[in-house]
Amino acid sequence: MTYRNPPTTPRKSATFDDYTLSEIRRAAATGIYDIRGAGAKRKLPHFDDLLFLGASISRYPLEGYRERCDTSVVLGSRHAKKPIELKIPITIAGMSFGSLSGPAKEALGRGATLSGTSTTTGDGGMTEEERGHSKTLVYQYLPSRYGMNPRDLRRADAIEVVVGQGAKPGGGGMLLGQKISDRVAEMRTLPKGIDQRSASRHPDWTGPDDLEIKILELREITDWEKPIYVKVGGARPYYDTALAVKAGADVVVVDGMQGGTAATQEVFIENVGQPTLACIRPAVQALQDLGMHRKVQLIVSGGIRNGADVAKALALGVDAVSIGTAALVALGDNDPRWEAEYNALGTTAGAYDDWHEGRDPAGITTQDPELMKRVDPIAAGRRLANYLKVMTLEAQTIARACGKNSLHNLEPEDLVALSIEAAAMAGVPLAGTNWIPGKNGF
Amino acid sequence: MPATPMSKAEREQGHAHSQASRVFDLSEHSLRELNQALHKLTPGSNETAWEVLNPKGSHSVAVGVDQPITIDVRGSVGYYCAGMNDGAAITVHGSAGPGVGENMMSGSIVIKGDASQYAGATGRGGLLVIEGNASSRCGISMKGIDIVVHGNIGHMSAFMAQSGNLVVLGDAGDALGDSIYEARLFVRGKVESLGADCIAKEMRPEHIELLQGLLDKAGVTGVKASEFKRYGSARKLYNFNIDNADAY
Repeated sequence: MTYRNPPTTPRKSATFDDYTLSEIRRAAATGIYDIRGAGAKRKLPHFDDLLFLGASISRYPLEGYRERCDTSVVLGSRHAKKPIELKIPITIAGMSFGSLSGPAKEALGRGATLSGTSTTTGDGGMTEEERGHSKTLVYQYLPSRYGMNPRDLRRADAIEVVVGQGAKPGGGGMLLGQKISDRVAEMRTLPKGIDQRSASRHPDWTGPDDLEIKILELREITDWEKPIYVKVGGARPYYDTALAVKAGADVVVVDGMQGGTAATQEVFIENVGQPTLACIRPAVQALQDLGMHRKVQLIVSGGIRNGADVAKALALGVDAVSIGTAALVALGDNDPRWEAEYNALGTTAGAYDDWHEGRDPAGITTQDPELMKRVDPIAAGRRLANYLKVMTLEAQTIARACGKNSLHNLEPEDLVALSIEAAAMAGVPLAGTNWIPGKNGF
Repeated sequence: MPATPMSKAEREQGHAHSQASRVFDLSEHSLRELNQALHKLTPGSNETAWEVLNPKGSHSVAVGVDQPITIDVRGSVGYYCAGMNDGAAITVHGSAGPGVGENMMSGSIVIKGDASQYAGATGRGGLLVIEGNASSRCGISMKGIDIVVHGNIGHMSAFMAQSGNLVVLGDAGDALGDSIYEARLFVRGKVESLGADCIAKEMRPEHIELLQGLLDKAGVTGVKASEFKRYGSARKLYNFNIDNADAY
């Protein structure tokens, strides 16, 4: 019997992993970058890296179910004659009619209204479905200005000037031809079936000084009634927040890189912008430095999934959070009940992100009349309301445990971090230490 | 605020502006008072002729007006004058800053002087006439508006223009009509360069007729539609093709 040297186990490269290899092969075969929806999928420091301390001898808790824990929030009290009052500090983020079906938009409006919160239009104008079913509707003012008109501006409850979004700070929208139906084409004043690339910059202003004048115009047109939000992608949160405040914003919205998009390049989503966790403290710091914390409200979005995420964001100084991807999942996005159809598209439930192709088995990110019938706006709206209710109860549970009679009384001192990275980003001590990386010269 | 604000100069001049049923002096009253008074107008109002004095470069003069009234602005204005106009006939007896008539829905705007950047940006309807020159990005992202410029226009004009007509009696700067969709561009003078996917097109009889109508509406005389060249989309970039990537 001959002796054979023991073989080594086949070893795949950490650098050239299976996904990377598949992407190289795909690029080589097609000659075009990969386009997809959703936000960053890579592992990032996130709210999971933070823990609440809870009550102890020095902090006493509130009685669960018995003692009140306020969840309401007022947005836009700085300049607007009619600020928005929400029952919960969780809003629905802007998602366009065009990227989403009409029934899906209606469901978002229904769910938000049942929950006492707001929903938001998107890069496609305001539809009757969502205006009709949304008690509080935020109207996005985007570079493309698709569907933009003064009548809708005046029947909105707030106006959100969109400078950027977390999935693609510096990128414009994208809606490929297969989703440009007759109705979408008409709302966007474009020929049917073309690949539509929204502008990345506003057509009639550039820079913070122009923005101040643009906000003045919007206020003049709406007689200073509506709160004006400014939404930025998580690029330079300290300076973007400070400049938005200087330009006159009532509310600043900061969207981290886990925030979703209907469609853009994979390379953009995964490599441009900062994680949500890294954006919060700089934005809060900017407001504090200007003496505007709690006077100009801060909304943060990108990867908010449950009540713990809500509570952690609020503890770091945020006034409200916004959800997009999670809201779609509550409506039925990526539901395993459609697994066979996801498989037919070469994917699996939970991984489906080709929202731009318009073939969504769940009927949400499509303009296909048959597929969109799969969304029952009433039932889906109820699911969203249920989910928002659970998130709120979860956040209240944590707040009471920390002895807070309002979600907005949560504070950074209630938190510790599980990793050095999260400790540095959130500005809270590493668990078991009093070390906040970057503070006091260490 | 008096029901009919009159400036000191106005009172001294007596009936110098007698055609205007309402005179608003921005040196005596705030911009907010002006715009709110304009927004309070309802269909059938007798206050159909307005005159705005002393704009002195103010931003957002007469924005969001939605009644078929006339407004004469005596002097030059800053940003976004007549923004989102929906039905009014607004004349600026001076020059206009950036974004004049942005997102106009209907009605008309006449600028007696020059206009700065982004004139008529994203406009959806109505007629914008600039009797002087317009700066860069004139008609950017236009969505149905008609724009007639007596003089020249600057670079990147009609960028991503979706619909409507841009008429230029003088010259156009660099990159005219870059990434244009279905808007029509008519230029009488020289075009410095055309942007991506914008090409010269044949002037067919229907275009001559359309252009002559626009010239008439804009009060242009002594100029023939046949003197213009037409530019529009080659429609090669409407659906993404990797072999066209070098065009951007």
